[in-house]
Amino acid sequence: MRSIANRRQRGEARCQTPRARPDRRDTAYVRRFRFPRPLPRLYSRYARRYARLVTMPTTAPTANALADVTASDSTLRRFLHGLPGVDAVGLEARAASLGTRSIKTTAKAYAIDLAISMVDLTTLEGADTPGKVRALGAKAVLPDPTDRTAPTTAAVCVYPDMVAVAKEAVAGSGVKVASVATAFPAGRAALGVKLADVRDAVAAGADEVDMVIDRGAFLAGRYLKVYDEIVAVKEVCGDARLKVIFETGELSTYDNIRRASWLGMLAGADFIKTSTGKVAVNATPANTLLMLEAVRDFRAQTGVQVGVKPAGGIRTSKDAIKFLVLVNETAGEDWLDNHWFRFGASSLLNDLLMQRQKLATGRYSGPDYVTVD
Amino acid sequence: MSDKTHKAHKAHKAGKAPKAAADIETRPAVTGDGTGPVAGSGPRVAVLKTYKLYVGGKFPRSESGRVYEVTDSEGNWLANAPRASRKDARDAVVAARKAFGGWSGATAYNRGQVLYRVAEMLEGRRDQFVREVADAEGLSGARAAGVVDATIDRWVWYAGWTDKIAQVTGGANPVAGPYFNLSSPEPTGVVAVLAPQESSFLGLVSVLAPVIATGNTAVVVASERAPLPALSLAEVLATSDVPGGVVNVLSGGTAEIAAPLAAHQDVNAIDLAGADERLAKELEVAAADNLKRVLRPQPVDYFATPGTDRMTAFLETKTVWHPTGSLGASGSSY
Amino acid sequence: MASAFEYAPAPESRSVVDIAPSYGLFVDGEFTEAADGKVFKTISPSTEEVLSEVARAGAEDVDRAVRAARKAFGTWSALPGAERAKYLFRIARIIQERSRELAVLETLDNGKPIRETRDADLPLVAAHFFYYAGWADKLEHAGFGAHPRPLGVAGQVIPWNFPLLMLAWKIAPALATGNTVVLKPAETTPLSALFFADVCRQAGLPRGVVNILPGYGDAGAALVAHPDVNKVAFTGSTAVGKEIARTVAGTRKKLTLELGGKGANIVFDDAPIDQAVEGIVNGIFFNQGQVCCAGSRLLVQESVEEELLDALRRRLSTLRLGDPLDKNTDIGAINSEEQLTRITRLVEQGEAEGAERWSPQCEIPSAGYWFAPTLFTKVTQAHTVARDEIFGPVLSVLTFRTPDEAVAKANNTPYGLSAGVWTEKGSRILAVAGKLRAGVIWSNTFNKFDPTSPFGGYKESGFGREGGRHGLEAYLDV
Repeated sequence: MRSIANRRQRGEARCQTPRARPDRRDTAYVRRFRFPRPLPRLYSRYARRYARLVTMPTTAPTANALADVTASDSTLRRFLHGLPGVDAVGLEARAASLGTRSIKTTAKAYAIDLAISMVDLTTLEGADTPGKVRALGAKAVLPDPTDRTAPTTAAVCVYPDMVAVAKEAVAGSGVKVASVATAFPAGRAALGVKLADVRDAVAAGADEVDMVIDRGAFLAGRYLKVYDEIVAVKEVCGDARLKVIFETGELSTYDNIRRASWLGMLAGADFIKTSTGKVAVNATPANTLLMLEAVRDFRAQTGVQVGVKPAGGIRTSKDAIKFLVLVNETAGEDWLDNHWFRFGASSLLNDLLMQRQKLATGRYSGPDYVTVD
Repeated sequence: MSDKTHKAHKAHKAGKAPKAAADIETRPAVTGDGTGPVAGSGPRVAVLKTYKLYVGGKFPRSESGRVYEVTDSEGNWLANAPRASRKDARDAVVAARKAFGGWSGATAYNRGQVLYRVAEMLEGRRDQFVREVADAEGLSGARAAGVVDATIDRWVWYAGWTDKIAQVTGGANPVAGPYFNLSSPEPTGVVAVLAPQESSFLGLVSVLAPVIATGNTAVVVASERAPLPALSLAEVLATSDVPGGVVNVLSGGTAEIAAPLAAHQDVNAIDLAGADERLAKELEVAAADNLKRVLRPQPVDYFATPGTDRMTAFLETKTVWHPTGSLGASGSSY
Repeated sequence: MASAFEYAPAPESRSVVDIAPSYGLFVDGEFTEAADGKVFKTISPSTEEVLSEVARAGAEDVDRAVRAARKAFGTWSALPGAERAKYLFRIARIIQERSRELAVLETLDNGKPIRETRDADLPLVAAHFFYYAGWADKLEHAGFGAHPRPLGVAGQVIPWNFPLLMLAWKIAPALATGNTVVLKPAETTPLSALFFADVCRQAGLPRGVVNILPGYGDAGAALVAHPDVNKVAFTGSTAVGKEIARTVAGTRKKLTLELGGKGANIVFDDAPIDQAVEGIVNGIFFNQGQVCCAGSRLLVQESVEEELLDALRRRLSTLRLGDPLDKNTDIGAINSEEQLTRITRLVEQGEAEGAERWSPQCEIPSAGYWFAPTLFTKVTQAHTVARDEIFGPVLSVLTFRTPDEAVAKANNTPYGLSAGVWTEKGSRILAVAGKLRAGVIWSNTFNKFDPTSPFGGYKESGFGREGGRHGLEAYLDV
């Protein structure tokens, strides 16, 4: 019994303009994000609650309700706090239960190749050099030199000053270059500095920008500040796709993660991303499941599809496949594509390649049979 | 360690000449498949065990580098045991505190399974403990076997308590108001346990098992005169599923080790079973500094089935209030 | 259209279990034929394949088994509790060791998914024995007096929905308290009880302490009526439960009954919606809804009805129905043709009475007994599907406007076994729970079981509790 209701063709989802962007010349854009089409018939409770609080008395919810959400700090706060709560035990139990899916043979082969194609192969060290980044780029383009049927990774992910090197390393391959920016990973810098950081990355050719939100502002309840920053960064990104990192480990509660997800999507994120990989708790099945629910619900309400990127701590094929099961059974197959789902990882790739070799040859591979880059 | 080895050491220690050369090692060497003596080879020299402390799941020697001689009831040398110092006590408390979160946070069912596993492991080492208890307490083999059997059953008894004590000591309280009110027991924290001096194994387990069954972690000071069963118990704990640091075993001078434990600000409770009257009073005074829960020494028949008092001594009771409200028939905001 | 990510078959290996072509009754430590030589076949409901031929107990066998249990009672009840405990601990450990084998066996004989037998049934079975093992030598602490005494021979009749788990719920407390047992498993699922007899033998349990009599209702009736039975414990339908209550009337037999239910799962508008959907699914589709405490009535606050139903339909579309041995199967087979007929009849009645029926598109295997997950909306209190226990994967959705109304509707049933409450507001949970007439209330979760937690019903869902300290009472002379 497979997902039948609400099925959309994958191609169709992608062929549609992924997101109708507001006219950037409209100066009111920052505060008055408008959605491209009327909200679906099934207008959700979130907006209804919000409508009760901040809009004129109305018997039926109106399509414009969400647009008013970001009108002020207080309206945004009320909207985010009106989102349904998350029961932590239930969420984690669901994630664990999906983790018991047994993915074998053909399904496993499909999942491993899909996972490889979704990797944002990452190096984010103070010690990074052009040499290191070139090696990473080569690996992304040709993950398994012994088997050219292995797909390329989705992207390489580097610091802004390495974008140019990375761009050259992957030139002509279709592999994207993603750059972290906005004073990654802490995000503790003035907005001007953050925007300059983004401009540098984009100017150097970054196809994607991974920004961090201001967790301090978020935890202090200054949601509009977080929102405005994302909107501003989005504007500077130009055509680069924007991934918004919440650092879920610092947000700490699932309710916060759900609120951050909606905040990021309202502000125009193309992707919502769990973590920097630099704190103790990074991507987990539960927090990723929660974010997948958020993008699913957001599309149901707005028609806008947003991607998800768990990052940090996903090291084995087994883990990666569990995440793909979460995608499949939560957001659905429209997200089973590297345009909409990514893994922020480094060591994961080699484990995927070893598992791939195991499937091809029937014997277990070893670390000497994949490249160390 | 074989009986014969013991005798050899006893003879050596007492300065007596070995009765006969053949008496030193009469256990015949066996062939690789264990079927019989190896032709032409002599008697086999046994490998003696070095007894060590047990701290944080590891087996260190005492930080002080000191040992003391442990003898049987007749004064014959059995082994050198580590003489733990103040710093060993400190390390043990750190290890116990570190283990407390995980152990107290484990489900009661899980703790029960782990403790039952210890009983299974003890049963497998039954013969070894019978020898050690016989030596330590001067008992015949049969009586020592009775002690060991009772000890294993005691572990099983406490293993079964982990998920029952809450229903026996806790419960709903019918407060006069629209409140849900529930009391449940929680472990107090790190407990220093001075094991009984005479009952080196049954007594030890009778005071240790109730402490950890409820989720506390323990720093145990073994019987000063007869610490070997306690140090061997540590080996059983290490090979069961008991997380490192849940039980830490120190041997040495009880008074010397107990003093820093009783005064330690990060120890929550102390069981004074192994202290004499004078020492117990001193320790209780020291324990008052951070209001440790103190269980005073008392005469105990360790063969008798215990009550719940050694568990409840180291449990806190937590009571939670929560409004219940009404359904709204009388205009409630629901 | 097939999904891009189609899970390949992932069947659990059947070879871990060795099912003999025939089984006897287990009486006085021996497997024997029935006195009249009768046998019956047990089949796998997912394939209709015959698994084995099993001796069918009659009145004469019941008498023999009760006599064996009576004979064993003297020494068994005189054993120190600590010794009885060790037998039960052994049983618990052997079940843990053999859990994969028993899980596969249970899935074959019952039709439920291996995911459930592996992750729910078997762990709970072992835990139950482990838990009551610990009580055997602590009975004086259980609050039933200083020297609580066992009753004698317990006659126990269990259903087919959780064959081994119901056996554990019955046998573990009975043995811990010093009783001996004659147990009759259901006629469609006798195998795991017979494997349990082998577990008892491995554990060295004295002969006659546990006797297993596979058979039909007539054997159960004979057991319940046997004059030398001191205690009757039954889990099954309310109709049979009432019959048993009449049978033991006027005797000194102690009786506990765990019967049917029509559990209400109440979802308020501030519920954690995604978790509520999971809880609803778990509440009614766990074990194909063949659960006495199933949340078979969904009571949803009108303000979130549409949203919740939309999410629920989407979720049901991801359920995977099929081979119960496949590790990815969520919905297995219905236990028997008889049960399938009953579900089908009630669902057709529901449609005829005007409730709106919906199921996700779903391929039904050609052999075996299957029923697609089914949702009834626009259901009212008057509909049969809102009143009768269907015991299948069928959820009836009703709505309410206020907490008062939710409680009134939830309680408006002769049953009173379970209920669920979904809201983020703690005081509302407690207020609603306080008013519900049901033995188990789950809030923001559903279908959770634990050996330490008492389980049992109000009203026509039966009386007595199984599990926890309370579960000892049914087997003690108090």
